[in-house]
Amino acid sequence: MNAHGFVHKYGDHVDTDVIIPARYLATQDAKELASHCMVDIDADFVNKVKEGDIMVAGANFGCGSSREHAPIAIKASGISCVIAKNFARIFYRNAINIGLAILECPAASEGIDNGDEVAVDFDTGVITNITKSETYQAEPFPPFIKDMIAKGGLMASLKAREAAK
Amino acid sequence: MGMTMTQKILAKHAGLDSVRAGHLIQAKLDLVLGNDITTPVAINEFEAAGFQQVFDKSRIAMVMDHFAPNKDIKSATQCKQCRTFARRFDIDNFYDVGAMGIEHALLPELGLVAPGETVIGADSHTCTYGALGAFSTGVGSTDLGAAMGAGETWFKVPSAIKVYLTGKMKPYVSGKDVILTLIGMIGVDGARYQSLEFTGPGVANLTIYDRLTISNMAIEAGGKNGIFPVDDVTRAYVEGRVNRPWTAFEADEDAEYERTIEIDLSQVECTVAWPHLPENAHSAREGKDIAIDQIVIGSCTNGQLPDMAAAAEIMKGRHLAPGVRGIIIPATQSVYRECMHLGYTDIFLDAGCIVSTPTCGPCLGGYMGILAAGERCVSSTNRNFVGRMGHVDSEVYLASPAVAAASGIAGHICHPEEVVNK
Repeated sequence: MNAHGFVHKYGDHVDTDVIIPARYLATQDAKELASHCMVDIDADFVNKVKEGDIMVAGANFGCGSSREHAPIAIKASGISCVIAKNFARIFYRNAINIGLAILECPAASEGIDNGDEVAVDFDTGVITNITKSETYQAEPFPPFIKDMIAKGGLMASLKAREAAK
Repeated sequence: MGMTMTQKILAKHAGLDSVRAGHLIQAKLDLVLGNDITTPVAINEFEAAGFQQVFDKSRIAMVMDHFAPNKDIKSATQCKQCRTFARRFDIDNFYDVGAMGIEHALLPELGLVAPGETVIGADSHTCTYGALGAFSTGVGSTDLGAAMGAGETWFKVPSAIKVYLTGKMKPYVSGKDVILTLIGMIGVDGARYQSLEFTGPGVANLTIYDRLTISNMAIEAGGKNGIFPVDDVTRAYVEGRVNRPWTAFEADEDAEYERTIEIDLSQVECTVAWPHLPENAHSAREGKDIAIDQIVIGSCTNGQLPDMAAAAEIMKGRHLAPGVRGIIIPATQSVYRECMHLGYTDIFLDAGCIVSTPTCGPCLGGYMGILAAGERCVSSTNRNFVGRMGHVDSEVYLASPAVAAASGIAGHICHPEEVVNK
């Protein structure tokens, strides 16, 4: 499992209210949520983002509301991986549960700039900045989390496990 | 090595003699909670996973509070989905318009949470019930969906910060000022993944409502939970509300804390968090030059009867400054009724405010008080992020009900004394 794309970079404490403002929460449709993703801090994000792109941010990414609509919106917008210095705990849990790949890596958070081309190897945790010819080491996910993300989230992986019985 | 209060509650619910920070455990849940925003996503997950039954119809609470009474067709559709699910499984604790209140005020009021219990809710402010000596924390909708089916969930056992309280608060200072002061000290990620465990002789000087407000905003410091010891104040509150056996857990003498923060309550000032983070704590007295357009008094943080009383005391015989809109939202039907009986509603109406049925409404920028570009609101709610109450160029200043009420009268951010002594 790998990711490869161009970077959309944000700062510290990106909260779930700016990832998907509450005024758009009267829906559960992933594509509709994605059409408003990041609108309050980067109104142009939805026009710029391309399938496979990578989001990079500072500390405490996803703080605030527990709305699962936030990782859902990011994933449905085409983002293949979020790399941050660290994550707020509810967002961290939600992202894994819905199958959005996330990595904690302070060095990558500092070294990567907006627009850089980046590749991620989830098996090794190595993040390669192709633009700057740098690499950063993140702690790779254990196999069961990798498997959960690959299958599309917690419920999908539980179902697959049930079906395999 | 001993355990913190949180660790002891988690160990008990995991069926273990002891747990340590960092352990991954599977814990039984006493209650799982969802609202009209998060439950529909959870129902979809529940159904997609193929669950045919809920784990216990008496241990699921669903509260239609965020966009209810419904603000538009889409929010009505979401409530309808919850209603249908609640009927299908005969959910005991489904609270619709007419019975509902703001979830984190309603559940304690109805005795649905008791000391020593373990609760998850698909709402980040589920941490409120730590005030009662329970372990409670916010999760997302998938976790809620799985918990509605399984009655248990996994946790990473948190490490803890000890918050040692001494002294007694000055007039006009309340639990809101204490938590804003604490978040100002440690930052919005100061307790990330950790428990905030409140202790010390100052705890006895805090009412249950002060504690509910403080625990409510543990998440605003990144905390997993914020918990108070069980004492006579707790017992007096749960007596007559909780009609089942419960357990008071205590931290061990040799419990391990990552650090200790001391707060002398007598030194806490009326505090306002400037936009756009709850950690931007300032003294209310610094707000003289900040003219405001709106005040909101309500929310899961500060919508209880003593919050209404504090606002009414300041507004009595006074009127909002010209150009200021006042929105008062008692958090539950019972608080709403008491406001009428005690004359607070008349005081608010005479002051030029509106008094709304319970709803989360403006707190999260849903409806009932959305701000336009350039507008400023002093609000007794819990978040002041960019765009939280409306336009991205609007501003929310977080404060206690007393400071919000006084600021509405003055037309700028101020300490209640400025209004009362005038």
